[in-house]
Amino acid sequence: MKIIVLVKHVPDAQFDRHLSGGDNTTDRSESILSELDEYALEAALQLIEARGGEAAGNKVIALSMGPAGAVNAVKKSLQIGATEGVHLSDDALAGSDAAATSLALAAAIRHLGTDVPADLVLTGMASTDGETSLVPAQLAERLGLPQVTFASSLELDGGKLTARRDGDSHADTVEATLPALVSVTDQINEPRYPNFKGIMAAKKKTITTLSLADIGVDASSVGLAGSWTAVETAEVRPPRTAGTIITDEGDAGIQLVEFLAAQKLL
Amino acid sequence: MAKVLVFIDTPGAALKKSSLELLTIARSLGEPVVAFNGELQDDVAAGLGAYGAAELYVPAAADLNDYLIGPKAAFLAAAAETSGATVVLAENSAEGKEIAARLGIKLGAGVITDVVAVDPDGTAHKSVLAGSYTTTAKATTPVAVLTVKSNSVEPEQAAAATAPQPVTVELPADATAGAARVTARNEKAASGRPELSEARIVVAGGRGMDGNFGPVEDLADALGAAVGASRAATDAGWIGHDAQIGQTGKTVSPQLYISAGISGAIQQKAGMQTAKVIVAVNKDAESPVFEIADFGIVGDLFQVLPQATEEIKKRRAGH
Repeated sequence: MKIIVLVKHVPDAQFDRHLSGGDNTTDRSESILSELDEYALEAALQLIEARGGEAAGNKVIALSMGPAGAVNAVKKSLQIGATEGVHLSDDALAGSDAAATSLALAAAIRHLGTDVPADLVLTGMASTDGETSLVPAQLAERLGLPQVTFASSLELDGGKLTARRDGDSHADTVEATLPALVSVTDQINEPRYPNFKGIMAAKKKTITTLSLADIGVDASSVGLAGSWTAVETAEVRPPRTAGTIITDEGDAGIQLVEFLAAQKLL
Repeated sequence: MAKVLVFIDTPGAALKKSSLELLTIARSLGEPVVAFNGELQDDVAAGLGAYGAAELYVPAAADLNDYLIGPKAAFLAAAAETSGATVVLAENSAEGKEIAARLGIKLGAGVITDVVAVDPDGTAHKSVLAGSYTTTAKATTPVAVLTVKSNSVEPEQAAAATAPQPVTVELPADATAGAARVTARNEKAASGRPELSEARIVVAGGRGMDGNFGPVEDLADALGAAVGASRAATDAGWIGHDAQIGQTGKTVSPQLYISAGISGAIQQKAGMQTAKVIVAVNKDAESPVFEIADFGIVGDLFQVLPQATEEIKKRRAGH
């Protein structure tokens, strides 16, 4: 079984995050492997481990698109247990919106499936920087794969996939046939941490770097030039300032209601 | 006048407020037309007319809800092409965004999500990086697809009502082939509370609830509010994951956000930052949440919340 897991190098959400430059693209210093992608990686590892692991010819390929630093997301994925890493990196990719990102990733996935097509493409439910959730659905559309998004459980039986998807008013059980694209939520599993053995083993694993030329994508169809949306202005939201702070002396609940009444919120 | 296509998916007996908002925005951009999935009940048809829908497109197939996303996107693409709309509006739910995503690829159209306002020229306003920036963005393509957050505008009926007749739109033969199929659907018990992402008021609890969400739920019910929670509270199993607000949960921007027992670490702040008014109750005076609260109470939430709930009930009874 061959699984491609998309991993993204994103600014750490523990810190304030910034847009930079004239293009209003995201500042990627202090970046880490997106937390939400760890669930996809864990799901992939569990699936191959249940099928005899790497020894039985199973593969989990961690694929990241991004500037030089994004290779760190691939390295971390290898330490956690991915069997191979691929870094799609090209200056022309900078500033790609979801449509351009999905175009480049779809081409990379096709390239990686040239000899043996992937059975599954796994992603997190969203990136923790752009947070649009558009890329998994757009990849499914571009690759012509069944889309099973926001899966909170995932089972494979032969070529059939069964997943649970939780919505606001209902929870669905959905079925699809492989190959398929699946995005998983943070409810699906508990991701493992890299251990010492994993960190040592990762040093021997290969990371392939791909350029746009390698995957047959024209530079003008990605990046800011190839994007279908453009950010025109970006302003830092004025920081919220503290208002009235009181210490409860027995009547804070009543003062709270008076505040709400004064704000016409009751 | 340019046509603006609004997607309304399976409303049941009445149009949701978010659909009325989309129709109101559509009228400010051009001539509103509707792509409608599901059974068209009389009240819904009347509502579409009252809000000025000039045309009404319905799918030739009735089973779109039996599949995930793909076939609905195929229907919407066919409706967009038939109508010649230059803007498509959908709701900002997880499913709404995914349908918009696939539609964007099918039409070669730029997709902008989490939109809170749209200018007449199509410029979309949104906030990014967890509310720390406000941005304007525009699709650079002939057609734009926008998903709009609830509570973005006050719904307003059209000056003149319309009576649009349904026009059937054929789907491509392969619309359902290769789509994931829904094999079982479990309706969740209705809480009677407003949906979190649409609520005008949200009362949210965190680690300080210590396993007991009762005071948060009671205050929410007194205010007609939705109940939210920090990740710490949902991970502890004190409340369903559906209630989670923030980075890995729902983003909300209500009129009023009451935060109880939430310290206000940076990701939690992100979940409340775009609320109009923030109230915080926490026993730790050093909690970062007090840096952004319009009204903060340093105190025991198990005293403060029930007292507030009683006071609201008393005032309501007095009216």
